[in-house]
Amino acid sequence: MNVEVRPIKTAAETALATNFAAVKRALPGAAAVSALREAAFHRFETEGLPHRRVEEWKYTDLRALMRDAKPLADAPDAAAKARARQAMAVLSSIEARTVVFVDGVFAPELSDLADLEAGLTIGSMAQGLASGDPHLVAHLGKLITTDDVAVALNTAFMGDGAVIRVAEGAALARPIHLVFVNAGKEPASVFVRSLVMIEKGARAMLVESHIGSNGDEDQVNAALELKVGDAAHVDHVKITGRGAGALHVSTLMATVGAHARFNEFLFTTGGAVVRNQLFVRFTGEGTVAGIRGASLLKGRQHADTTLVADHAVADCTSREVFKSVLDDEGRSVFQGKIIVRRHAQKTDAKMATHALLLSDTAEANNKPELEIFADDVQCGHGATSGDLDEDLLFYLRARGIPANEAEALLIQAFVGEAVEGIEHAGLRDALMDQVVAWLAARK
Amino acid sequence: MHLLEVKNLHVEVDGKKILNGLELSIGKGSVHAIMGPNGSGKSTLAHVLAGKADYVVTQGEVLLDGEDILALAPDERAAKGLFLAFQYPLEIPGVATMTFLRTALNAQRKKRGEPELLVPEFIKRVNEVSGKLGIDKDMLRRGVNVGFSGGEKKRNEILQMALLEPRLCVLDETDSGLDIDALKVVSEGVNRLRSPERAFVVITHYQRLLDYIVPDVVHVLSKGRIVKTGGKALALELEATGYAQYRDEAA
Repeated sequence: MNVEVRPIKTAAETALATNFAAVKRALPGAAAVSALREAAFHRFETEGLPHRRVEEWKYTDLRALMRDAKPLADAPDAAAKARARQAMAVLSSIEARTVVFVDGVFAPELSDLADLEAGLTIGSMAQGLASGDPHLVAHLGKLITTDDVAVALNTAFMGDGAVIRVAEGAALARPIHLVFVNAGKEPASVFVRSLVMIEKGARAMLVESHIGSNGDEDQVNAALELKVGDAAHVDHVKITGRGAGALHVSTLMATVGAHARFNEFLFTTGGAVVRNQLFVRFTGEGTVAGIRGASLLKGRQHADTTLVADHAVADCTSREVFKSVLDDEGRSVFQGKIIVRRHAQKTDAKMATHALLLSDTAEANNKPELEIFADDVQCGHGATSGDLDEDLLFYLRARGIPANEAEALLIQAFVGEAVEGIEHAGLRDALMDQVVAWLAARK
Repeated sequence: MHLLEVKNLHVEVDGKKILNGLELSIGKGSVHAIMGPNGSGKSTLAHVLAGKADYVVTQGEVLLDGEDILALAPDERAAKGLFLAFQYPLEIPGVATMTFLRTALNAQRKKRGEPELLVPEFIKRVNEVSGKLGIDKDMLRRGVNVGFSGGEKKRNEILQMALLEPRLCVLDETDSGLDIDALKVVSEGVNRLRSPERAFVVITHYQRLLDYIVPDVVHVLSKGRIVKTGGKALALELEATGYAQYRDEAA
């Protein structure tokens, strides 16, 4: 290859190179994995951190936003685990099987691994890489290939994460809740990588929470590779909560097989700068998918959702609905691209993004795109942004509801429209409770 | 003391004068009809009483129990017992009717220093009233007015009025868009609420509604002022002659 290596410029880029040189030998995995890391890091060195002239990163200029690169997190000590135990008491109402990672490291003693249902295996990415698990090596990085630099950095530095498999036909009674807690004393960077394979006809619900106990100081790069097998029914809900990081970059790489049902939901209230990337590819016909999300941002929070839904085959239906509620100087970005390939006839894809601006200084950037190469499809997109409807507010207030309560009701209704896409009633209620708490904290 | 007194009320909307020195006094237990041609200021009066923004009061007073309410927010007026039944009730997707009703009722009670109504008692009261108005339980579970027909929306307004038990009810063209059956149901709902302690301002363009909600006093509004006041016979007279003479009179 005759690629010009771009000179590394920023402090963060330099620190990343220093960090990589220092830790690469200690990162888990034998020669094949090391080669994967080196190649990925080379990709980063070639491109540098993504910046505003890279179209996909136009609104989230990592080169400018990332002042430095924090050192890699230390393995959690007892104090960190104690802090994690407190922070992870979220969503207890859904009675999920909890799998906990503290500062990027699997914490089996905090996890619920007893009585695994038939067909369910749960393991650690670090252990799988270290032992050269052939199943893992065969699939890692193979579902979706991307040259995205954030993913490359994740591959270069990946430490731990979950490796989950739900065997053909298995139906999990309880949701699995992956809890990633940032609990270190000093600001650190955490690279987690998970691989989840839901095989043919299986049913699983996966919740992923990113939270912290020490405020938003950390830099998190999380990646999840998800295979939804033929006729499988999978829900994935990612919650980016308080303490998710000063910089939180997350990538979902998912393939969805034939006649499957797939429901994705992103719920974001935390993090200072959040980037959620979703690369979803339909690989089998007759599938129905919902890809939705809600972000509630205040202060100077910035949350970017960048979605590529790739209808590579015919006869799939997808609904994309993203809502953001923006207070203070909060800023939301939605870049959604639906690709309909030449043979993907009868695709039915509709994308909508709505922003509610609660202050004059809030900002919403919406960039929906359709790339359609087939000629017999139904596709559309819509984007709106605005403030609360004065007439609706008057109607509520004329019934005796004070202004702040009336606003809260309308905001809940606005967010609720997206949250309704989640099938699990308990989780819907838990998220709406978080919306109510967010609104209460606003006053 | 009158329950409601409107004195020399002047109102502008977008710099345009709509009400020009309107005077109106309403005692407890009475039903006043306000009739008038389109553009005479009927709906403006309704909205100004309820406290909608964008209606600028340049002169005058609106007294409820002798207290000027013009400086109060819409929710404060509601807690004091003022209710506006909207001509075009709004749809609020995502806010269940039951949540809306309970939030409104308890917000008013709280402001009046009364204890919040417990859920079983609340549900019992909703069921009592909604049954009489022909509002089924499925409608109450849906978003406020979402998917409701015009008639159902108006019945929902009366349901809210019955639950909130206001002392002054302002009905803004409640008859518009109603067929004769719906008109009867809505009117019966209103008539059940008539009491010596409660007064009604029934705003309408047509005499038809007043066959069912029989007023004590009829006012004719033209160009932002009351130009004639009489008994219920005045409504019938208007039905026969139309509003043409009042347009000229106010000019």
